[in-house]
Amino acid sequence: MTAVKLYPPRPDKVYLFGTCLIDLFYPEAGMDAIRLLEREGIEVLFPEDQTCCGQPAYGSGYHDEARAVAAAQLDLFPEPWPIVVPSGSCGGMMRTHYPQLFAGSDLEAKAEEVAGRVFELTEFLVHVCHLDLEDRGEPEKVAMHTSCSARREMGLAETGPALLAQLGQVELVEQARAAECCGFGGTFAVRHPEVSAAMVEDKTQAIEASGAKRFVTSDCGCMMNIGGRFEKLNKPIQGEHIASYLWRRTS
Amino acid sequence: MSARNAILKRLRERLDGPLSAPESDFSVVTGRGWSQEERLARFERWITSVHGEVVHASHDDWTRPLAEVLADKGVRRLALGKQHPVAAEAREALADAGVELVEVDRDIEGWQQEQFERVDAGLTSTLGAIAETGSLWLWPTPDEPRLISLVPPLHIAVLDADTVEETFFDVVERHGWANGMPTNALLISGPSKTADIEQTLAYGVHGPRELVVIVRHAGTAPGEA
Amino acid sequence: MSGQTPGVQTYTPREFHRQAHDALGNPQIRANFRKAMDGLMSKRRDSFDDWDLETLRELGANIRLRALARLPDLLEQLEANCEANGIRVHWAEDGEEACRIIREICESHGARSVIKGKSMVSEEMHLNAHLEAAGIEALESDLGEYLVQLNEQTPSHIIMPAIHLNTDEISEIMHEKTGTERTRDVDYMTAAARQQLRERFMAADVGISGVNFAVAETGTLCLVENEGNGRMTTTVPPVHIAVTGIEKVVEHLRDVPPLYALLTRSATGQHVTTYFNMISSPRKEGEHDGPKEVHLVLVDSGRSRIYQDDELLDTLRCIRCGACMNHCPVYTRVGGHTYGTTYPGPIGSILSPHLMGLEETKDLPTASSLCGACGEVCPVKIPIPDLLVRLRKESVGEGRGNVPGAGIKRTRREVAAWKGFQWLATHPGAWRSGTALAGKLRALTPAKLGAWTDYRTAPKPAGTTLHALVKRHQASKSHEPNSKSHEEER
Repeated sequence: MTAVKLYPPRPDKVYLFGTCLIDLFYPEAGMDAIRLLEREGIEVLFPEDQTCCGQPAYGSGYHDEARAVAAAQLDLFPEPWPIVVPSGSCGGMMRTHYPQLFAGSDLEAKAEEVAGRVFELTEFLVHVCHLDLEDRGEPEKVAMHTSCSARREMGLAETGPALLAQLGQVELVEQARAAECCGFGGTFAVRHPEVSAAMVEDKTQAIEASGAKRFVTSDCGCMMNIGGRFEKLNKPIQGEHIASYLWRRTS
Repeated sequence: MSARNAILKRLRERLDGPLSAPESDFSVVTGRGWSQEERLARFERWITSVHGEVVHASHDDWTRPLAEVLADKGVRRLALGKQHPVAAEAREALADAGVELVEVDRDIEGWQQEQFERVDAGLTSTLGAIAETGSLWLWPTPDEPRLISLVPPLHIAVLDADTVEETFFDVVERHGWANGMPTNALLISGPSKTADIEQTLAYGVHGPRELVVIVRHAGTAPGEA
Repeated sequence: MSGQTPGVQTYTPREFHRQAHDALGNPQIRANFRKAMDGLMSKRRDSFDDWDLETLRELGANIRLRALARLPDLLEQLEANCEANGIRVHWAEDGEEACRIIREICESHGARSVIKGKSMVSEEMHLNAHLEAAGIEALESDLGEYLVQLNEQTPSHIIMPAIHLNTDEISEIMHEKTGTERTRDVDYMTAAARQQLRERFMAADVGISGVNFAVAETGTLCLVENEGNGRMTTTVPPVHIAVTGIEKVVEHLRDVPPLYALLTRSATGQHVTTYFNMISSPRKEGEHDGPKEVHLVLVDSGRSRIYQDDELLDTLRCIRCGACMNHCPVYTRVGGHTYGTTYPGPIGSILSPHLMGLEETKDLPTASSLCGACGEVCPVKIPIPDLLVRLRKESVGEGRGNVPGAGIKRTRREVAAWKGFQWLATHPGAWRSGTALAGKLRALTPAKLGAWTDYRTAPKPAGTTLHALVKRHQASKSHEPNSKSHEEER
């Protein structure tokens, strides 16, 4: 777990690093993150040349390739604005592993500097924006799935639930073994498919047993994994990115 | 080159160079601030939570509860030392108690079968206890050898109430263990147990099935007149 | 030679996938491990209630790092103090050499039977097989190890060797191999084992044990146990041989209490074990019991190689508590045998590649979703997920090459794929066009996408990319700076 951050006061501007999964599969989640931030009076800058944080290559051991991709992202945030990332996995990559990737290289200082400005979305909304939400949705039960990266790499087990707790019509239920991994793990799901499948099966069963109507998460990898399993089984429970869920219920 | 020298050479000629050794702050394992009463209470709570039994006695009259324990548990043959005051007092008190007092100041090779099969209990002194973990600490001697607290199915240990330290760290530091360790030093924290059968607790696997601690108090024991 | 005991069920790390498949399909294994791990996790949590756990872990890490920093000097100090007290110290570069040393000590005493206390390093070196081949019977005395040995298996967990067996299975094993009644009465089975093993303690010519902590300051070997078989093994037979990896040294006696506190709570959630046994010499003049000869065998077996590398060195902090595997979602589902290595679970995956080479163990570093549960509970703060990633890097040949078998997983196909990914992610124009195209062609997403779609639906690209939506959003804002343009876009 990364050390407790000293959070800055609410800034006028932030960068948004959208993440490749959101870019390709869940762009509305990215837009909803932008909307949430803009509603707080913050100008959101979206560097056009952003692509991917490099985590897929990094986790597979292809660090030369990951480093090249990461180096390209380092150039995109020249101003000292916070970098908000709607993903614990990508946020964790940039905050924890960018300094490791560039340790001892020319880009070491830059990597440290950028890493120091990275915030996961829910973290930013809670600790910097001090978001105050008014729930306009129908009553329902939801389960929060906090990704392992958000929970352990970034130390953010509380931020998602804290935001959901503000929604007056939402009953947050906790699934059994909520802290256990859903089995995505990036390429783990395809390198060790049977073990991964056993993990996502247990996760979907736990969420269903909790009585939740839907699950909310800060990580699209987890969402694709758990949601994809529910869909395969023709179950009605769906997943939603927390940015979309919060936006939908409060606007 | 011998294995020893090859190994040491590899360790010393380290690829990434010498390592720095961080200093350690031991505050977290000491300084609990418990009174003697609290230490004893914690000791008792922990050791009884794992099926140890505690009997309170006064320093002057502890052999009477000892005789009661022996009678309760049906002990006919008791192994104990001779020289240590605890052993000497016990021998004197039990001289006509109908309990056979087994000699232990002989090499085990001569009586191993007897110790394993025909001794009901072993009595030992202790050097102290640890409140935080409910542990006795013993340094076996020629007078009170290692096996009498292990082989018989019952171990009776005599503990003086004012020798309970707060933590294991405190015992090691306050009693200067680093100045010289005995052949064998032991912490004993209850009767022998296992959870290897589907995590179900069972007692008396290899060591004693029962552990009774007679706590001697200066003055009267708690609960006595 | 593989060193596998003849007749013992054989698992190898090369067959991880098949072994995992079998384990996942075995409801008994799944149930046994789930129940056991849930229990161990909750006991551990409860046992740290009164503690400032993070400070204690920091102290534990610190003590281990200090010992590793001074390792060669401490090993010499340990040797000097042990020898001064009458403990004979032997050094072995590898498991074979250690086996030979131990066998020769046994043979010099005409030993026919050996009784063993728990020692993972002796499993690592396949000591029992080596002794049996020389006509020396090696019997395990720890109840879990005894059961596993009766069942002709290897342990499936480093602390609870028989954790993969439930009560009925154990009853069956004892009935078949030792003639006890079939029963669910745990006390009955325990009493039977006690009786069976007592005879063996008395008859054994040599006792062999492991070492939890070896204290350099005083030449003291510390053993942690609940059952009493460790004390029996190290006190009853006339000869005691203790065997340990070279990394288990600690500097001072006062370093022991914090590590002991961390070990018992991390391993089984106990505030303390029944016995803590500290041995500093053989039977002295005038003493009446204890072995007359005590030997310590220090085994390297790849550890000095791990020691060379600043990052990999952290692997050697391990105090063998098993907390990592207790918390691992993969271990919980496939059990210890699936890994096919002496040390399973997360510690196994970071250690075994050094002991056996990546050629043998190449599926282990990837057998993890990097969830981090292991690193979170490690009492000495080993950064296990980082070490798994480092071993993946070594596996594909992009590391420093300090692990045997480095590069074994590098394939032209995968390199090309990642280089393709690199090119696309460093050419933003191509990225934007490529992703936009994928969006347009979303209807063509195959329903079958390899192993993913065996269990889940295939993810389909959205119709537009975030890049495109943002561009639109920014354009609409510049035309109507005060309108609620974001709501209209929905």
